[in-house]
Amino acid sequence: MLLIHCPYCEEDRPELEFRHAGEAHIARPENMAELSDEEFERFFFIRSNPKGIVYERWRHIHGCARFFNAARDTVSDRFLATYKTGEPKPDLGKGK
Amino acid sequence: MTQPFRIATAGRLGKADPVRFSFDGKAFTGLSGDTLASALLANGVHLVGRSFKYHRPRGVISAGAEEPNALVGIHRDAARKAPNVRATVQEIYEGLDAVSQNRWPSLSFDIGTLNDLASPFFSAGFYYKTFMWPKAAWEKLYEPFIRRAAGLGEAPDRPDPDCYSNRFAHCDVLVIGGGAAGLSAALAAADTGARVILADEQAEMGGALRYETGAMIEAKPGWDWAQAVAADLSARDNVRLLTRTTGFGYYAQNMMGLVERLTDHLASPATDQSRERLWQVRARRVVLATGSIERHMVFPDNDRPGILLASAARTYLNHYGVAVGRNVAVYTAEDGAWQAAIDLKRAGIAIAAIIDCRSDPQGPHVEEARRLGIEYLTGHAVTATSGRLRVSSIKIRPVSGGAERSVACDALITSSGWTPAVHLFSQSRGKLAFEAETQRFLPGQPVQNMVSVGACAGTVDLGETVAEALKAGQEAAGGAARKLPKLAAKSTERWSGGMLGAGEGAGAESTARAFVDFQNDVTAKDIRQAVREGMRSIEHVKRFTTTGMATDQGKTSNMHGLAIAAEMLGKPIPEVGLTTFRAPYTPVTFGALVGHGRGRLFEPVRRTPIHDWAEARGAVFEDVGQWKRAWYFPQAGEDMHAAVARECRTVRQSAGIFDATTLGKIEIVGPDAARFMELMYTNPWQKLGVGRCRYGIMLREDGFIYDDGVVGRLAEDRFHVTTTTGGAPRVLNHMEDYLQTEFPDLKVYLTSTSEQWAVIAVQGPKSREIIAPLVDGIDLSDEAMPHMSVREGMICGVPTRLFRMSFTGERGFEINVPADYGRAVWEAVWAEGEKHGACVYGTETMHVLRAEKGFIIVGQETDGTVTPHDAGLSWAIGRKKTDFVGMRGLMRPDLAAPGRKQLVGLKTRDPKTVLEEGAQIVADPQAPVPVPMLGHVTSSYWSENCGHSIALALVAGGHERMGETLYVPMPGSVIEVEVTSTVFFDKKGDRTNG
Ligand SMILES: [Zn+2]
Repeated sequence: MLLIHCPYCEEDRPELEFRHAGEAHIARPENMAELSDEEFERFFFIRSNPKGIVYERWRHIHGCARFFNAARDTVSDRFLATYKTGEPKPDLGKGK
Repeated sequence: MTQPFRIATAGRLGKADPVRFSFDGKAFTGLSGDTLASALLANGVHLVGRSFKYHRPRGVISAGAEEPNALVGIHRDAARKAPNVRATVQEIYEGLDAVSQNRWPSLSFDIGTLNDLASPFFSAGFYYKTFMWPKAAWEKLYEPFIRRAAGLGEAPDRPDPDCYSNRFAHCDVLVIGGGAAGLSAALAAADTGARVILADEQAEMGGALRYETGAMIEAKPGWDWAQAVAADLSARDNVRLLTRTTGFGYYAQNMMGLVERLTDHLASPATDQSRERLWQVRARRVVLATGSIERHMVFPDNDRPGILLASAARTYLNHYGVAVGRNVAVYTAEDGAWQAAIDLKRAGIAIAAIIDCRSDPQGPHVEEARRLGIEYLTGHAVTATSGRLRVSSIKIRPVSGGAERSVACDALITSSGWTPAVHLFSQSRGKLAFEAETQRFLPGQPVQNMVSVGACAGTVDLGETVAEALKAGQEAAGGAARKLPKLAAKSTERWSGGMLGAGEGAGAESTARAFVDFQNDVTAKDIRQAVREGMRSIEHVKRFTTTGMATDQGKTSNMHGLAIAAEMLGKPIPEVGLTTFRAPYTPVTFGALVGHGRGRLFEPVRRTPIHDWAEARGAVFEDVGQWKRAWYFPQAGEDMHAAVARECRTVRQSAGIFDATTLGKIEIVGPDAARFMELMYTNPWQKLGVGRCRYGIMLREDGFIYDDGVVGRLAEDRFHVTTTTGGAPRVLNHMEDYLQTEFPDLKVYLTSTSEQWAVIAVQGPKSREIIAPLVDGIDLSDEAMPHMSVREGMICGVPTRLFRMSFTGERGFEINVPADYGRAVWEAVWAEGEKHGACVYGTETMHVLRAEKGFIIVGQETDGTVTPHDAGLSWAIGRKKTDFVGMRGLMRPDLAAPGRKQLVGLKTRDPKTVLEEGAQIVADPQAPVPVPMLGHVTSSYWSENCGHSIALALVAGGHERMGETLYVPMPGSVIEVEVTSTVFFDKKGDRTNG
């Protein structure tokens, strides 16, 4: 069972309290009605599913109920960072 | 009753109490502290089971958890029958009843032995090759055969009467394994004050010190030191010692699963005592001290009862005081087995010979053997064994070739060296590194906060083991600044040497049966055959031969199998690869994993405040998600059909009362509540007047229906939303997701109120008369409170949100009251209802009445691929809206294309025929196979009010097919149907004001 750091509660809590919520940083376009079929396909259907670092959403559903983002290595299951909704992707390349 | 192989002067059980037990119905006596294996061996019993595939007689091989052969059934009572229990782990208790497995009619005469004679047909890949075709033979021929042949043990056929418990724990240092290494690490960690948990799978701490008599620690014999340290540690507040506890799974972020066996060793456990306890431990740092596992020698007919591991023979002698034979031969490729011979000889057991395949073993053990007058033959191999139910002699010859000679013996102990127990390290996702010099896989760089010490890390010398364990324990506890503790530890024993793969006489051209994997009956020849047939990776070899795939997961066999495959492939071992180690390390009962979560604790049961009333009225309930819902209310002599027909009739003639409490409810509040509603639902909400209601449809972004429900506007900034019974949590999650992440600027709060409101639906022409006497402060006239409106006021002196709405097509109300008043208001409404001849009705009648009106149920008429257009609900989409979730999805070409499945009504030609829900619909039942399917029946009922059956269906191009005749093929008949509107009753909808 993973330990997940909720950036709102600022606590490490067991995975049981959370629910996975799909890939992160896919903003819903504001001009939905004007999207071409290709744009809609890219927005709604295409996901990266990488081997390595994935940016994903979690919800602390049995805690503060907030959605937040996480960077996780899909090979080791290690969380590299968790951060609040709306914050940019953390820079994982340099230093810490 | 005597124990002929018990040696009074050996072992530690000494004056222990005698314990009576039985094996296959025969009475035996052992000593308190014995395992079933040691007690049977004390009685001279080696034959304990038949092998899995060939039904060959098999005996005890090991003295621990790695045992592949000695699997038995333990029968405590009629319900407590544990199969596949390792006799080497099961402690005996007074009255223990053990039975052998995999034999018929008896252990010494087993019909299945024919499999052994037919063994050429059972070679590697046999299952894959033989059972391929024809398909039909599977059911009748192959499956029953495989099940009979593959039946390991007998599963209990009654519910498990035992209880199991579950604990979470946190600690600074978790030590797995209580041998010299684990105890030293725990001691050093505990000295720093850290919270320490130390777990060992055996009944007592000590590990290999159990038999390693040459070990001295702190001037004490190793075993005595271990017991003293265990006693010291268990007295400390910061240490928890767990015996009979296996660390079976190493999970992410230092989470370890352990199972503690609490009662399997007790004669009469208390009825309220848990049989096992599952520990889920989160450790800051883990120290693995899991030791190593001895391998057998691979040579022809190496599986006879009486052939054991050398370390097992030492354990039985030095700990249990049991000799594995009176005239014991030794076959080895490493030094440790010499020490076994020396121990046995000193205890007065004859050693037939030590056969060492190495040309020139050297060391104090060789000299000691010579001094004791033991015959030893170096550069020799065992090439055959005989003895029907127990080994009686062996054939040996020089490795370099030459004449065979026969040596009589009643036991043969073997060792080909030691495999570090890296299972948990590997589970922790650490990569293993192959050490070519010693032919071992050792832990590489850890990826979690952990360290391996002692034999599982490849350290052989006792002094080094203790020193590195002390250091690891102290560092694990963060005590690096303190002075490193020291313990004087020394062993006279040597553990060097060893070999992997098949020995002489079982080489590449040999047809002999030299077993690699005893439990799955895999021989060296099988592995070679797998390579010959094209298997290149060890993962393929494993699956083709099933080597290492039995319940022991190849603890004694994997390295041999790998070496034989590597030799055949002409590749170094690491290039052939090591199979993945998976949890659990040893089998774990379902009971331990399930814990309390079964029976009524399996899932919560949700009951409405009206539940008990309904139960007292004889309601039949159905499960809807976690809810118990009243399904129908049969009166005396009524079956379901009659009860539902009466309920349906009564609602439309006078009125019916229905418990709708399970509806999901969400309160949406805030200055932007209407804007948020516009985005969440297809409908327009901005202009919905306060006090009015609307039927809302919620889509996913892809345009398919997600949920529906009636929404009331209580104020400019407040909506009372209802959802489907099962949909409430996911609808709230869906709303929260958008609110938090896509529209965070909207000022809106969402609150689940499903459990706060009890909902009493009163439906039918008399509904207003029924509730009128109870309602205060609300004008119920059609002018003041038209259909689809909501008012706040009082009922029976309780605050209410009163909805005028209808899921039946009749004039109707839904009374929301605080849940605690639900029962009282219900009873008051019922008392009024009885005056008007109303009935109480259940979910079945609710379903029929709504189907008569063509109202959909999300999840029944929809399946996640149905759009509002498909469902005939285009009217519910706000034409002028510029955005809502699912709007763009609905514009996808496929969702607007002709020929989509659309919701229609179906009337059977014969009005009495009721279609089956889920039945397929075709245009031409005579069409050649495959007949094109047009769609399926989603709902179907007998309609008492219409006088004929009714059905809803999704049919391709259905809206264009009104009046067409279609067909529903059923087994033995074809039902003719006419496509109709979805509304079967009161097509104009006058009755909502009737
Ligand atoms: Zn939180």
